[in-house]
Amino acid sequence: MEILVYLVPLALLLGGAGLAAFLWSLRSGQYDDLDGAAWRAIADDDPPPQEAPAKR
Amino acid sequence: MQVTRDFSHYVRAAGAGLQHIDLAVEGVHCAGCMAKIERGLSAIPDVTLARVNLTDRRVALEWKEGTLDPGRFIDRLEELGYKAYPYETESAEATEVAESRFLLRCLGIAAFATMNVMMLSIPVWSGNVSDMLPEQRDFFHWLSALIALPAAAYAGQPFFRSAWRALSNKTTNMDVPISIGVCLALGMSVVETVNHAEHTYFDAAIMLLTFLLVGRFLDQNMRRRTRAVAGNLAALKAETAAKFVGPDEISQVPVAAIHPGDIVLLRPGERCAVDGTVIEGRSEIDQSLITGETLYVTAEHGTPVYAGSMNISGTLRLRVSAASESTLLAEITRLLDNALAARSRYMRLADRASRLYAPVVHATALVTILGWVIAGAGWHDAIVTGVAVLIITCPCALGLAIPTVQTVASGAMFKAGVLLNAGDAIERLAEADHVIFDKTGTLTLPDLEVMNAAAIPADIFGLAGRLALSSHHPVAAAVAQAAGAKSPILGAVEEAGQGVRAVVDGVELRLGRPSFCGAAALAGSATLDPEASVVAFSKGAEKFILSVRQGLRPDAKAVIAALKARNIGVEILSGDREPAVIAAARALDVAEWRAGVTPTDKIARIEELKRRGAKVLMVGDGMNDAPSLAAAHVSMSPISAAHLSQATADLVFLGRPLAPVVAAIDSARKALHLMRQNLWLAIGYNLLAVPVAISGIVTPLIAAAAMSGSSILVMLNSLRARSTSREVV
Repeated sequence: MEILVYLVPLALLLGGAGLAAFLWSLRSGQYDDLDGAAWRAIADDDPPPQEAPAKR
Repeated sequence: MQVTRDFSHYVRAAGAGLQHIDLAVEGVHCAGCMAKIERGLSAIPDVTLARVNLTDRRVALEWKEGTLDPGRFIDRLEELGYKAYPYETESAEATEVAESRFLLRCLGIAAFATMNVMMLSIPVWSGNVSDMLPEQRDFFHWLSALIALPAAAYAGQPFFRSAWRALSNKTTNMDVPISIGVCLALGMSVVETVNHAEHTYFDAAIMLLTFLLVGRFLDQNMRRRTRAVAGNLAALKAETAAKFVGPDEISQVPVAAIHPGDIVLLRPGERCAVDGTVIEGRSEIDQSLITGETLYVTAEHGTPVYAGSMNISGTLRLRVSAASESTLLAEITRLLDNALAARSRYMRLADRASRLYAPVVHATALVTILGWVIAGAGWHDAIVTGVAVLIITCPCALGLAIPTVQTVASGAMFKAGVLLNAGDAIERLAEADHVIFDKTGTLTLPDLEVMNAAAIPADIFGLAGRLALSSHHPVAAAVAQAAGAKSPILGAVEEAGQGVRAVVDGVELRLGRPSFCGAAALAGSATLDPEASVVAFSKGAEKFILSVRQGLRPDAKAVIAALKARNIGVEILSGDREPAVIAAARALDVAEWRAGVTPTDKIARIEELKRRGAKVLMVGDGMNDAPSLAAAHVSMSPISAAHLSQATADLVFLGRPLAPVVAAIDSARKALHLMRQNLWLAIGYNLLAVPVAISGIVTPLIAAAAMSGSSILVMLNSLRARSTSREVV
């Protein structure tokens, strides 16, 4: 059962990483526009028009 | 006179030499719109960010400071086919958004903790029946405590706060038994862990919080969404005023940027957006949105003009006044305060349920403890059993029973064009058995219609419409719209207060007052509606009379019939004159009506009905309706209503038809039925589970299974609120 010494911290670490990722996504506003995000995923990635080269 | 648009009020600095503005955009509903707008706006040089939010129907824009005028974005969106207007986040909406985020964070943390504690619980549950060393079990319990305690302390905040608020007001709500249950379960589990006991309830406690947070979050999210739509509609109404920035220079500024003492210009055909007093000019104004009276009032030097009044004939200069200067407004505000204070006494179904529920559950737990002690068990075992009773009865399903139905029902209403302002409106609306309608703007449409268009030759009517395009007068606008006129007649001249005239092919055309067109005799002899404004049109020697009035909403009659079919009493209370009200009541087949009613009379009538035991739904739009909207059991306003009324009403409906009133009542009734059903389901579950808990054989496994089972059952039942029937009228 010594394996627990590794497995338990590992499990907590992975869970904690998941939580941290969730909190980060929440803070960076990824839940603000769920409808829009659903469409953006399938929208065509056309290059931006010539007048505005790589503004982002 | 030079006119500029000034949006600087809405622009804020975004740091790093950038400026930011939020625009509410009408008609964005798909990915195509999103891409079109974003590309169209990023194509403007110096724009660094153009991002559409499809959920809220808004665009966020950033650009290099000092390079662009925000008006340009609005023009660009107009070219792309979208109506847009700067949007300012109201504090109410900002609070909702912050609250929604907080709940989502709590939910994330609780869900994370539940998953991890469950992972630790499963070996313990299975280990208890096979072979697990007591040390290993203790280790797993400690680990569960390490995860569950901080997570519950954070994620439980919404419940603990609300319970504390209720207790400090010496009342109870659903959050009191929830908080007590969670705290006791966690506390007992810690004690049991320290004592190397077999069972702990960390998993049950944190799972309970997760389920309840799902309900809370959904509820909150729906409310946030409704608020965003309402905010956009307010922004798109674009309440601006022409403010004098120099002696001869005016700037079109948003109302929020106007202060008392400023001088604004009110042109014919414009709706006044501020309260003020006339300092120069003479005109007729339509105050129907304020008083319900459709007859025009003469405004001259010293006349107070309220926000919502429509200027009809002349140009006015107003000095903006502070809000509470006038008698009418002060009176309405006073009545409103009284009525609002009375309404807050309504107790929600959930709170009524918890008022019965909490004492019963807590007494049962106490009796269980005492019972076991009397039966000869030790205090420790007796208390463990008592706490198990509290955990198993902890109102998981009860806490979800109402918010889930509420979320689904408000979603269905949202689709039917009804926005909810108040959280408990659904419950109150379902109880309504008497509807009071205001006439002007509620049963009738806020805009004018030509009533006798069919009686006039089409070519003549078309010509009148084209001529009408040259006038700012609202009656002329109605004629132009009814005729579908597109191209104005060149060289048309408007004579203030009289009408418009033009010469086409050597024949003089005139549209305006009957006397202006030489048709006074015709207008006098014609037996027209006493309600309508009469205008004349002359083409050479041919003369015609047009009668223009506010038409009834297209489906008003059907809606009234539908309400009667549902055994709901209908009555009209209007501030308008008697002939006008009689005409509407006859057309709609409403037997009960009162005309010339003041705001105080309206409240008195509602109080009288209340004493008779009726639950009144008030539907009104005018500022004079605001106090009665607040006094009624539940209230509704069209989106075209005065600001004050819209803010006071429990529900707001969109569009021209009146059908949303019936649709909302139907969904509310169905929702209340489901809420009751859910409460019974939850109580039935408790009746089954409590004897098991009292007998002392509840293991954490049973608690976890029972809790999730009942919650899922209640949630599934709530989804039935979605299938509202389409046929309402």
